[in-house]
Amino acid sequence: MIGLRITTVLAVALSTGATVAHAEAGGDAERGATLFRQCSGCHQVGEGAVNRVGPHLNGIFDRPAAESEDFRYSDGLQRAATGGLVWTYETLDAYIHDPRALVSQTRMSFRGIEDQQERDDVLAYLRLYSDNPQDIPESAPTAVAVDHEVAPEILAIVGDPAYGEYLSGECTSCHQSSGAATGIPSITHWPTEDFVVAMHAYKDGVRTHPVMQMMAQRLSNEEIAALAAYFEDVN
Amino acid sequence: MKFNRRAFIGTAAATAGTLAAPTFARADGHGKPRVVVVGGGAGGATAARYIAKDSNGEIDVTLIEPTRAYYTCFFSNLYLGGFREIDSLGHSYGTLASAGINVVHDWATGVDRDAKTVTTAGGYTIPYDRLILSPGIDFVDGAVAGWDVSAQNAMPHAYKAGSQTELLKSQIEAMPAGGTYAMVAPPNPFRCPPGPYERISMVAHLLKEINPTAKILIADPKENFSKQGLFEEGWSTHYAGMIERVGPDFGGADVEVDPAAMTLSIDGDVNNVDVCNVIPAMKAGKIADIAGITEGNWAPVNAADLSSKMDENIHVLGDACAQGDMPKSGFSANSQAKVCANAVRGALTGSTVFPARFANTCWSLIDTNDGVKVGATYEATEEKIAKVDGFISETGESADVRQATYEESVGWYDGITADMFG
Repeated sequence: MIGLRITTVLAVALSTGATVAHAEAGGDAERGATLFRQCSGCHQVGEGAVNRVGPHLNGIFDRPAAESEDFRYSDGLQRAATGGLVWTYETLDAYIHDPRALVSQTRMSFRGIEDQQERDDVLAYLRLYSDNPQDIPESAPTAVAVDHEVAPEILAIVGDPAYGEYLSGECTSCHQSSGAATGIPSITHWPTEDFVVAMHAYKDGVRTHPVMQMMAQRLSNEEIAALAAYFEDVN
Repeated sequence: MKFNRRAFIGTAAATAGTLAAPTFARADGHGKPRVVVVGGGAGGATAARYIAKDSNGEIDVTLIEPTRAYYTCFFSNLYLGGFREIDSLGHSYGTLASAGINVVHDWATGVDRDAKTVTTAGGYTIPYDRLILSPGIDFVDGAVAGWDVSAQNAMPHAYKAGSQTELLKSQIEAMPAGGTYAMVAPPNPFRCPPGPYERISMVAHLLKEINPTAKILIADPKENFSKQGLFEEGWSTHYAGMIERVGPDFGGADVEVDPAAMTLSIDGDVNNVDVCNVIPAMKAGKIADIAGITEGNWAPVNAADLSSKMDENIHVLGDACAQGDMPKSGFSANSQAKVCANAVRGALTGSTVFPARFANTCWSLIDTNDGVKVGATYEATEEKIAKVDGFISETGESADVRQATYEESVGWYDGITADMFG
């Protein structure tokens, strides 16, 4: 599975590498690497990067939107792709400035980066993984979306999606089952492991949001697994 | 057969997910079991939607709601403050109708509990196997001396959103320079505990922009109110010198209004006011009383499935029910509706009934990007819906935290309205 994903990564990257234009703006890729930490909960970039909560970002420049075959994009992003959206410096800049302004129903639950220089820095960093895709730098992939250690036996629990569907009623008072995100993050179509890790991070107080801590604290390991199973394939 | 549903649900907590289907109750003489829901707000719309969605057409669902477009009471204060357009608070029932729910725009005016039928003002008689009442609130007659519903144009309550909210805003905008907006705050329990105080914040925000020498006067029968420390901190930060609150120690419970003269008397002291927002004491929406399932002002229910303590075939959701510890809020009603929907579906089709679990969070906006919240989780006990755990925003939080809280509330609005109306 992992091998297959990497093959896809390289194929996409190779097909787009030759046409990349250079950045007009002067971004600092090193600062961008630091700023990218706010993205890395969901996105990987670099050697071995794979799709997680969000798609990997290798070869993103000049790639048509919603193109990664093994990622389930939001309806909004698919519509934008049908409308011809291609990830250029300008469109990426607009997207990370205010994701929902560019793609109204994106699942990307990100407030956006207001500061132009910071956006230039992030894009300069991402560009490293697009300019010479046949020679992706041999840096480690960015932090995998594991912000919390969860015991393997908890990760191994196979959740019951029917029970998860009932429990999801507690989530959908705030989180939209369509995946739309307008201030409350999208929780649909996450890899189950990422979902379970995130919920245990709230349950154990590592993630600090008070509502989510309260909701997670009374969910059992089985119930978290059930929710993860339900939301992975919802709709 | 007779089956003690409450006892069954009580024991289900230990074995959720592994239950065999119980024998289920379906009225004789017709095909699909029928659920009638009265009231299309946070409780009723959610219950109707979940029963229809989760039963996959096995249950006939009728939703009786007089208005074609529902205006949410939650976030209507933000319209007063200029943070929302009125249209953004309106929702139609088209998606629910398209999902197979029979949406009847009519007033439910009668319930025959023996025949198990609901009658409407339009003359229809609609049979049910289970009836879900989610009528929201009405006002207690004579609660504020000098005020009744015929005075609601001179002195709006604006506590059922829509035309009343627009009226109140237009009156505030028309206040003379340096004029007075007065609020008569309600006694406990009432819909949306932080609501009057968020409203004060939003009115102050609007007046600060358009009429900065205006005054706000609150007559309050309560010693304390929800999020009091947070609101008072915000008022002194953003609206210093503008807001005066008269609590019960100084006669805040002893009020009389004269809508013709536009006066508000507090403890015999007559105040001339320019806007008088009277929020009277509340009770369950009238249909609960008509159905004969109220005790005092509210309809007592069992915690596990929101069934009436007086009729096991009737469930009562949201503001209208007396259930225990949950505040009367749209979030609470939405949470209760999903528990109720699961239990009703189980009773009528034999589907698995999972244990009840409830949650609530109430966000309030104090000024631009200054949002606060309070929330809790709840469980069903024999006695009531009981609080398990909770939290509240802290005073002195950073501007970033407050902005994030506000942005989260905007997302919540979209989330809960999608959950209610599809």
